[in-house]
Amino acid sequence: MNAGIRIENLSKKYGNVQALKSINLDINSGELFGLIGPDGAGKTTLFRLLATLLLPDVGSAQMCDIDIVGGYKQIRNLLGYMPGKFSLYQDLSVIENLEFFATVFDTRIEDNMDMIHDIWVQIEPFKDRLAGNLSGGMKQKLALCCALIHQPKVLLLDEPTTGVDAVSRSEFWQMLKSLKSKGITIVVATPYMDEANLCERVALIKDGEILQVNTPQEIVGQFERNLYTIKSEDNYQSLLDLREFEFTNSVFLFGQSLHYTDVRKEFSLEEVNSYLKHKGRLHLEIEQIKPGIEDCFMALSTKNDGHE
Amino acid sequence: MNRFFGFLKKEFYHIFRDKRSMLILFGMPIVQIMLFGYVINTDLKDVKMAVLDHSKDEYTAEMINKITSSGYFQLIDNLESIDEADAVFRKGDVKLILVFEPDFGKKLIKDSKGSIQILTDASDPNMANLEVSYLQGILQNYNIEINKEKQMGTAIQAKSRMYFNSNLESVFMFVPGIMATILMLVSAMMTSISIAREKELGTMEILLVSPLNPLQIILGKVTPYLALSFINALVIVGMGYFVFGVPVLGSFVLLMAESILFIFLALSIGIFISTVAKSQQVAMMLSMFVLMLPTIILSGFIFPIRNMPLPLQVISNIIPPKWFIVILKNIMLKGVGFEYVWKETLILLAMTMGFIGLSLKKFKIRLQ
Repeated sequence: MNAGIRIENLSKKYGNVQALKSINLDINSGELFGLIGPDGAGKTTLFRLLATLLLPDVGSAQMCDIDIVGGYKQIRNLLGYMPGKFSLYQDLSVIENLEFFATVFDTRIEDNMDMIHDIWVQIEPFKDRLAGNLSGGMKQKLALCCALIHQPKVLLLDEPTTGVDAVSRSEFWQMLKSLKSKGITIVVATPYMDEANLCERVALIKDGEILQVNTPQEIVGQFERNLYTIKSEDNYQSLLDLREFEFTNSVFLFGQSLHYTDVRKEFSLEEVNSYLKHKGRLHLEIEQIKPGIEDCFMALSTKNDGHE
Repeated sequence: MNRFFGFLKKEFYHIFRDKRSMLILFGMPIVQIMLFGYVINTDLKDVKMAVLDHSKDEYTAEMINKITSSGYFQLIDNLESIDEADAVFRKGDVKLILVFEPDFGKKLIKDSKGSIQILTDASDPNMANLEVSYLQGILQNYNIEINKEKQMGTAIQAKSRMYFNSNLESVFMFVPGIMATILMLVSAMMTSISIAREKELGTMEILLVSPLNPLQIILGKVTPYLALSFINALVIVGMGYFVFGVPVLGSFVLLMAESILFIFLALSIGIFISTVAKSQQVAMMLSMFVLMLPTIILSGFIFPIRNMPLPLQVISNIIPPKWFIVILKNIMLKGVGFEYVWKETLILLAMTMGFIGLSLKKFKIRLQ
């Protein structure tokens, strides 16, 4: 069965806000696909459209070759959906939640154990605890279990790792990998760029538009310029200084350092160094690094802004 | 069917684990009926009175005796002069003062005419009125008694009997009213809140994405409250009967059938509210202002409808509890059968259909 998703020219407007602008996207059957973008980019809107919770203004989409508007009833049987907000019953225990969702889909937990087994073993010790008292990571694992209980063909996960600690995040992605091996199409929305590398292909989305769809490797490979990281005793001041520097192509604050690209192909790092020294920055460290998805995203989104 | 029972189970977990809803469900009916039955009582009993007797003869003594032995009045003070009256009223305990003129007994024998003055504390006008008329009633009886031997020619004697509530117990009136209020509250408010909660917590999103259809969701939400409201109806009628002696003269089955119809109506209003309200807060406010206040004020529960200004009388017709209270009073107190309440029943039925239709139409299969 083809469990792919085909999105054509999809647009959605809330009042005056254009949440999605003519999105075109093809997601292959059995793919682990990432939807990467900042908050407010339109990820949740796209998910809700695909989950048949919203109606598109323009355009169409098919999931498993079924139209999301006309065939919403069939899609609701084939789809596993995990909203961004934790949406289980907090006053029900872990096992009661799971049982409820099993009955909603007219199935039983035992019949689907092979599907959820890997995740279930992790939350089973807490099965009598109320869902509201679980930790963030556990909640997400439970929500994933509930979304999988009816053996869906397509899994839509809206920011499943937001607010989850680093260990649980990597465990969560491990689970997604093993689910993928069962042939489920998985679409994950995330604001974390580092998670993009764990997907087979990603779509970079910003302001309701898709900037690029590609494998993470190729997106990184497209980065044309040399990227440098610059550290100093006052990163923020150097950011302001570099913005005034005549050869700056882009400069962004990335955690503990600045990521800098130059407009020139060939130049000496010494020039940047002395410029900043001249501005009074101390303890300067400048190094060339490999670009990450985030750098590409920034580059793409500024390029996009330039066009407008 | 499995789905339905799974949903029911979940709903009962929600209800039994939430202390607040348990309190509203089971504490409220009992507290309200106790409140209305015992505290808010408009029956006259042991009204504290004082006497200013300028005559002090056997007639006045006998009259005072009659009055105090009636059970309505309790003599707590004998005044010496009329100047004390003001002070006594200001103190607040004494609500009524009876004044006999000097030589009351002598005048009564000689001229067949004695004068009495009744002074009341009218800071609570309804009670003052009530007290005066009760007292006049007692005096009237006494008047007839002492004139028995005399041939008065043609005297008109009025004897009254209060039908359906011979002791004029106000609890008879309150029980139907409380029943309507509680059923409205439990059914409409609780369902609307419970549906709004699913929206607020985001679980509605998951329910919508599941293969459950709107009818299944609504039925699953409504059935637990139907059962619990029915239990409440039984508790109220039971408490009315065993604690306050409110009779059920008509058919008990008919009474319960009408109650179920009213519960259905309240539930459908609750669902309708929930389709409008996005959060529990809004659902609660809507239920309070759209349902509770009209139920208490405009349904004839406390204030008689015929005393309202015309516009309010017209509005009271669209208040469902009004019809339910009429039905309840007819069945419980008058003991009539279905042939006397079919009109009201039909109105409730039509309202129910209307709200169910509206709700099903407004219930969204999507988020927007």
